[in-house]
Amino acid sequence: MDQVIKLKKGLDINLKGKPQPVRRHAVSSPEYTIYPGDFPGLIPKTAVKPGDRTLAGAALLFDKNRPNIKITSPVSGEVVAVNRGEKRKLLSIVVHADATQESKDFGKKDVQSLSPEAIKQLLAEAGIFAFIRQRPYDIVADPNDRPRDIFVSCFYSAPLAPDTDFILEGEDADFQTGLDALSRLTDGKVYLGVRPTAQAACLTNARNVEVVAFEGAHPAGNVGVQINHIRPVNKGETVWTLQPETVLYIGRLLNRGVADFSRWTALTGSEVNEADRAYYRLLPGTNIEHWVENRICRTNEPLRFISGNVLTGVQIAANGSLHAFDNQITVIPEGDRTHDFFGWIRPGFDQFSVSKTYPAPFLSRLIKKEYPIDARIKGGRRAMILSNEWEKVFPMDVLPEFLIRAILSNDIDKMENLGIYEVAPEDFALCEFADASKMELQAIVRRGLDLIYKENQ
Amino acid sequence: MKFLRNYLDKIKPNFEAGGKWSSFHSVFEGLESFLFVSNQTSKSGVHIHDAVDSKRVMSIVVISLIPCLLMGIYNTGYQHYLSIGETTGFFDTFIYGILSVLPIVVVSYTVGLGIEFVVAQWKGHEIQEGFLVTGLIIPLIIPVDTPLWMVALATAFAVIFAKEVFGGTGFNIWNVALIARAFLFFAYPSKMSGDSVFVRTAATFGVGGGTVVDSFSGATPLGQIGTATALAPVTDTVGNPLGYWDLFVGLIPGSIGETSTLCIALGAVILLVTGIANWRTMFSVFAGGILTALLFNAIGTTPAMQVNPLEHILLGGFAFGAVFMATDPVTSCRTNKGKYVFGFLVGLFAILVRVLNPGYPEGMMLAILFMNSFAPLIDYAVVETNVKRRKRRKG
Repeated sequence: MDQVIKLKKGLDINLKGKPQPVRRHAVSSPEYTIYPGDFPGLIPKTAVKPGDRTLAGAALLFDKNRPNIKITSPVSGEVVAVNRGEKRKLLSIVVHADATQESKDFGKKDVQSLSPEAIKQLLAEAGIFAFIRQRPYDIVADPNDRPRDIFVSCFYSAPLAPDTDFILEGEDADFQTGLDALSRLTDGKVYLGVRPTAQAACLTNARNVEVVAFEGAHPAGNVGVQINHIRPVNKGETVWTLQPETVLYIGRLLNRGVADFSRWTALTGSEVNEADRAYYRLLPGTNIEHWVENRICRTNEPLRFISGNVLTGVQIAANGSLHAFDNQITVIPEGDRTHDFFGWIRPGFDQFSVSKTYPAPFLSRLIKKEYPIDARIKGGRRAMILSNEWEKVFPMDVLPEFLIRAILSNDIDKMENLGIYEVAPEDFALCEFADASKMELQAIVRRGLDLIYKENQ
Repeated sequence: MKFLRNYLDKIKPNFEAGGKWSSFHSVFEGLESFLFVSNQTSKSGVHIHDAVDSKRVMSIVVISLIPCLLMGIYNTGYQHYLSIGETTGFFDTFIYGILSVLPIVVVSYTVGLGIEFVVAQWKGHEIQEGFLVTGLIIPLIIPVDTPLWMVALATAFAVIFAKEVFGGTGFNIWNVALIARAFLFFAYPSKMSGDSVFVRTAATFGVGGGTVVDSFSGATPLGQIGTATALAPVTDTVGNPLGYWDLFVGLIPGSIGETSTLCIALGAVILLVTGIANWRTMFSVFAGGILTALLFNAIGTTPAMQVNPLEHILLGGFAFGAVFMATDPVTSCRTNKGKYVFGFLVGLFAILVRVLNPGYPEGMMLAILFMNSFAPLIDYAVVETNVKRRKRRKG
């Protein structure tokens, strides 16, 4: 490890339902759903129509402006539905999987013999490039760019998030190949953000990269926080960001010639049977219905199913699907049948709060208590009242309140000056959680990024 | 509580759009969310939320004001019976205080919340709980002899012109309670200062009353210092000298809730432990006040200049303002660095006005309102340093 950065700000929400480090078999899913909305910045055009046959790794969608960026099918089978919403907005494509899977063959490749352009072309064709994001704007990267640096956060710090040491185990060769390919795509460095305690051999022995360790609570694992502390993004600069899983996809493509998006996915949350909170091998788009239905401990209460974690994930139906970037399904109580009598004045020993108006922050020093938290907002929406609430969970050299104000007033110069190029909506998720005024900060930041992106085109 | 919940669920449709009482929607919503935490779940954004909300925050502030309120009630009775030379038990003293103070609290809440309800209904938003705090602070920072109609007028003025016209809680520039007080101060100066307003000597609802003793003077200790020609020890209403302990406990004439530094300290502990008030602001108000007082002590020509820092803190509204009003998150600086500057200047100006202004012995109200006006400027300077740092690191 080249250096260790200690973050003082942040918050670990001690949510009930952590995954055990156990690998399990999931029931295979008959249908796989791809959501273009998972890829911000992409204007999706369909490459298939219902009834078409597709191979795993063959294109389902492409970007209208940059047609070489494709989103490919995770499985081989028949396209059964192309779902559209208002104004014919493309919502999802559903593929019915074949019993025996066939993959499109991209051919094994040697990284060193490929030019950077050829690598990018190959990744785009296989649908992997769409998994690379860029800062500024937190959108799908542009293959025509040569990024200043590439950042891979190799640990997840969000509540109940999977353990990277565990999910990367045994894929050392593919991971290193992926890193080798990435290092060809930038003149700068490829940075890996890890925990100081990282065990996985592919992280501790990674070559061609700079490894930086981060200590501290969530959002230490957010790549935006890591960039801010390693080498912040200035106006006019572009960096790329990836999940460690994407590095694996790249490695598998080059080493085996297939687009294999399978990842260890944690089934988490207070409403999942304790024995079933484990890791399952899933593909993006997997329908969770048959997999999850027998693994829930409470069925008489309304539940909330989330693809991803409780802070940045998407709500899905009980028969919904795993979204493209997610490696976690969380099940929590919905809570809409709960009516707390005089909740605002009761001591609230059972409530989790970062605010010292509740006993939780004091109790956390004495006992490690896990809280089951439901989806209630627990208060009305207000204007900004308390100050300094967001800063405490926002470990970046950006003033979150003033940036939010600049976005709310559509003041582009101010947004630039206050660091909008460095942030993504996910960086504000903890602020949104802790906010007593219950403002939707992630949505505000997304709007700001979209506005400034449009303005800079 | 099942019964109550069922009843609310039953009558709820009447208050929704199209229901027969839909024009009282916000009143119903306010009452319902007062009784039960809303069961609304998140539809977008984060799936879980912190249990804290602005209702909880405001109620903690109200709780932190309770010691000052109780002490203010007791002190009102105490000053009364002391001035008319009667000795009564704790209970009688308290009853007199309640009869004098409670009407002011009721008027302040009724007028303020009334406006709040109407505006909420009119604009179609939820009732904001900010006034729960303002409505209790207003009675605590005015003299007990303020006529009730003046309280009503000042509260209405402050809520409408200092808060609602700006957009409601969170958008106001000046501390709403202080605007109410400033309104009274400039509109009815004779009722806000002098020797006759801080101690109620007349009977209240038939309780108490009598002739004041010969040596009576209703001047507050600060008033005594302001008008003194030479440095003399401050006295109570019947001429007995007051020690530091008396000033700290707060059985002295003054605005209803500001006299007891002990009770203010209790409130401060609640606010600081719960993290609602920012310690940076509070600390720097005291630092600014103490340093300025020391500076004047060093010059020391008039009696007011010779008042030592401890007395400045114990007397008048300095401590109350520092703990409950300078720390108002909406009207003070929002950046941490700004809070140090803001607090320090509040302390500085409060003492400056106290010492150098011949007409009026107290400076806290004007100091806080003045600095409220400059808080955005201080924040601007702090934010600019962040912006400059970002620009510099380029290349």
